[in-house]
Amino acid sequence: MATLQATHSAERPPAPEHRVEELDSVVIRFVGDSGDGMQLTGTEFSKAVGEAGHDFTTHPDYPSEIRAPTGTLFGVSGYQIQYSSRPVFTSGDAPDVLVVMNPAALKTNLPDLKRGGIIIANTGAFADSNLAKAGYQSNPLEDGSLDGYQLFKIDISDLTANALAHSSLSKKDVGRCKNYFALGVMLCLYSRPFDKEIEDIRKKFAKKPEFAAANIAALNAGYAYAEAREMFATTYQVRPSTAVPGKYRSITGNSAAALGFVAAAELSGVPLFIGSYPITPATDILHDLATFKNYQVTTFQAEDEIAGLCSTIGAAYGGSLGLTTTSGPGMALKTEALGLAVMLELPLVVVNVQRGGPSTGLPTKSEQSDLLQAVYGRNGECPVPVIASYSPSDCFDCAIEAFRIAVKYMTPVILLSDGGIGNAAEPWRIPDVASLPKLKVRYRTEPEGFQAYARDENLARAWVKPGTPGMEHRIGGLEKDFLTGNISHNPLNHQRMVEVRAAKVAGIVKDIPPSRVDGPDSGDLLIIGWGSTFGSITQAREKAAAEGKAVAHVHLRHLNPLPADLGAIMKRYKKVLVPELNLGQLSRLLREHYLVDAVQLNKVQGKPFMVAEIYDRILELC
Amino acid sequence: MNSPNDIIAPERALAKKDFESDQDVRWCPGCGDYAVLAQVQKILPTLGIPRENFAFISGIGCSSRFPYYLETYGMHSIHGRAPAIASGLKLSRPELSVWVVTGDGDALAIGGNHFIHAMRRNIGLKIILLNNRIYGLTKGQYSPTSEMGKKTKSTPLGSIDRPFSPVAVALGAGATFVARAVDSDLKHMASVLERAAAHQGTAFVEILQNCVVFNDDAYGALTNKATRADAGIYLEHGKPLLFGKDRNKGIRLKSWAPELVTVGENGVTEADLVVHDEKAANGGLAFFLSQLENPEFPVPLGVFRDVAAPAYEQLNKEMAENAVAAKGKGDLARLLNSGDTWTIA
Repeated sequence: MATLQATHSAERPPAPEHRVEELDSVVIRFVGDSGDGMQLTGTEFSKAVGEAGHDFTTHPDYPSEIRAPTGTLFGVSGYQIQYSSRPVFTSGDAPDVLVVMNPAALKTNLPDLKRGGIIIANTGAFADSNLAKAGYQSNPLEDGSLDGYQLFKIDISDLTANALAHSSLSKKDVGRCKNYFALGVMLCLYSRPFDKEIEDIRKKFAKKPEFAAANIAALNAGYAYAEAREMFATTYQVRPSTAVPGKYRSITGNSAAALGFVAAAELSGVPLFIGSYPITPATDILHDLATFKNYQVTTFQAEDEIAGLCSTIGAAYGGSLGLTTTSGPGMALKTEALGLAVMLELPLVVVNVQRGGPSTGLPTKSEQSDLLQAVYGRNGECPVPVIASYSPSDCFDCAIEAFRIAVKYMTPVILLSDGGIGNAAEPWRIPDVASLPKLKVRYRTEPEGFQAYARDENLARAWVKPGTPGMEHRIGGLEKDFLTGNISHNPLNHQRMVEVRAAKVAGIVKDIPPSRVDGPDSGDLLIIGWGSTFGSITQAREKAAAEGKAVAHVHLRHLNPLPADLGAIMKRYKKVLVPELNLGQLSRLLREHYLVDAVQLNKVQGKPFMVAEIYDRILELC
Repeated sequence: MNSPNDIIAPERALAKKDFESDQDVRWCPGCGDYAVLAQVQKILPTLGIPRENFAFISGIGCSSRFPYYLETYGMHSIHGRAPAIASGLKLSRPELSVWVVTGDGDALAIGGNHFIHAMRRNIGLKIILLNNRIYGLTKGQYSPTSEMGKKTKSTPLGSIDRPFSPVAVALGAGATFVARAVDSDLKHMASVLERAAAHQGTAFVEILQNCVVFNDDAYGALTNKATRADAGIYLEHGKPLLFGKDRNKGIRLKSWAPELVTVGENGVTEADLVVHDEKAANGGLAFFLSQLENPEFPVPLGVFRDVAAPAYEQLNKEMAENAVAAKGKGDLARLLNSGDTWTIA
């Protein structure tokens, strides 16, 4: 990754004339108060670079308070984007550029900025009261403490107000437009055209033309300001990407999941039912699906997490594709109902967009600490298949895969995502509908010889919808007879049922494709990851491999059951490293299944791995 | 939902025995649940609904064994959650006749939240609550409807919990159909259940049910031949609140409170009595009635409230139809390609 630091330092004299410099990739972080609109600025900027054909990955990082008191350290909201001409797997470690809207944003984010990096600061917010709230004794923009960086001071607040002097908007609403001013500055700095953005603003504010006009004026003013002042001796252009040809859109993990679930319904011809209770960071899946009512989608905002899953069980019993979405604490509440779904052997999907735990934990931060809960967290011997998506786009494929397993094996399936995937955006190559997997659903309607718990070759029982004549029967949470499904307390029958439920889920292994190994077939180190660590592991491994290290990477989608070939693959490497955003949950599973001496690399800070953290560990091990 | 257009008449006339499953009924001998089961089995064939379109969902407790004994689709689920499961079923399959059978512990303690929200939404479920004012399956602890001072295994010194009335809770949650029956009056119970079955939206029926083992005779005054005429009052729409062995006792309103009066005494006539109006848009009268309890007042039996309101599943269906009308039937390729897209050649 080329850095700005390589070509610029604060000591460097201003260039005599304007230059456009080409870069491989750049990492930009927008930070401000949670009410400053930084998420929007970041989203719009990533759209602009995506439309220019770059690959990108983003990381929104926002507080759990909706509007924390202004100017406070805990109210800071950030949005980081890395974009590049090459494939991008993470939102980048240290930003090259920090756009800070107030002192608190500077204070909390400066430690992450690269030495010599660019700071664009809204001086208008660096008043004494804000400096005090951020704990600054003196103004860092003036006291020389930022000498090691390239500092650009722009009074965004005042310039935005000037640009909108004739606007009919209130002073407060004018203040809200400053994020578009900042966007204009950044689009200029990174040589991005802004016609498309103007069009987008018109669309976004179609019903409020005065807001559209104000935001466009602010955007124009920001762009013009940066351009006319020649404030940047050099502007930057990231080389166009060599991405796979196709049609793209920017997508977050939660939106991709929602589309995947609609796709599952369309591919199977079975209506989708989502029963869900709002919880951060999973709620956007419900939001998106609520707008797809013309696609045989029923959305039901349940009275609580338990009802979210229970209504889903009812819908699955009725023959729908049942879906519920949640995050850690909600998952805990659904535990008993999930056990019922296992006993009933009905197909449904539970999505856990993980967040920092335990308890309420860190609602807006990312973690991978619900893996063991997913695999084991129920009373009784209660096996549930578990899969995990590794990127925003992958949520689309995983949503379809989850329902494929659910309907084929007549079982609830847990799909793990996390806040980092759910809210992060990346370009998604839109698939051709014809290329999507087929989902075969068969309801039994033949009463002759019907037994509610008779099983097919996959050990799945038949899906019979109420309303089917001649097949009236009862199911429930009490242990059932192996064939009829009637209540049975017979000791041997119970053992047989426990074993057959376990065998059914274990048998899914035959449906898991061979694991993809990135890197050499054998060697010194195998990294095994799952979920959102994919990007950091990939980049760290590529870097180490480029330096001649014999290191490979397997990223698991299927976590219960684990792929059949995993044990043999591990044996081909001297060591196994498992980086996880928890205290070692996959490591435990691997040790338990394979008696392998897995080396742990764990981080629980509510933040993704930095590439360097994994890279350093690789170097220690090989 | 069971609007007249949706009803598919059964191919042949059904009878009570068509609704008896092959499972042995395992309630204690003398349990009030038997009577309820028999009445349900008796009315189901008369509703003009094919047997396969009935689904009975229950939670946990003695009453929740109910679905096993009915030859319909059924689910014996987990404690308190039947209304939530039934809501998902009804929403996804509005043409089914979905019933919930529950108890005072199942519906009012562990499942209180689902119980009130089903009624708040007015989703088309028929909820039968068998209220024996005790926990039977766990062998005798007080329930949310047990009277204060009740001595049970978990309250050896007497309960200090204040009970509430299931009918009052249902009314408070906005239920559009609320009724009460007693397990000893079969004919009346059947008529109440028939009314519930015909209702659009949530129909709630409390059945006062005797637990012979752990709370025998809890409704003794209401079921005993000698006392029942004075202990209960049958609600009739448009009729004054008149009851008693001699049909001369009544309820009069005095400063928003009920007053027990005798017609013919102290100048009281029938015209002074409260007249029942189950169709009143305002739930005040129904709530007033729900507060009448033994021994001070007679226990009201019958339909407290029966008002028309759109059923949730119907609104949901209309919303989907409107979405299709406005946006056209969903097309997956179009959906995937929506939003801001760009092409890389």
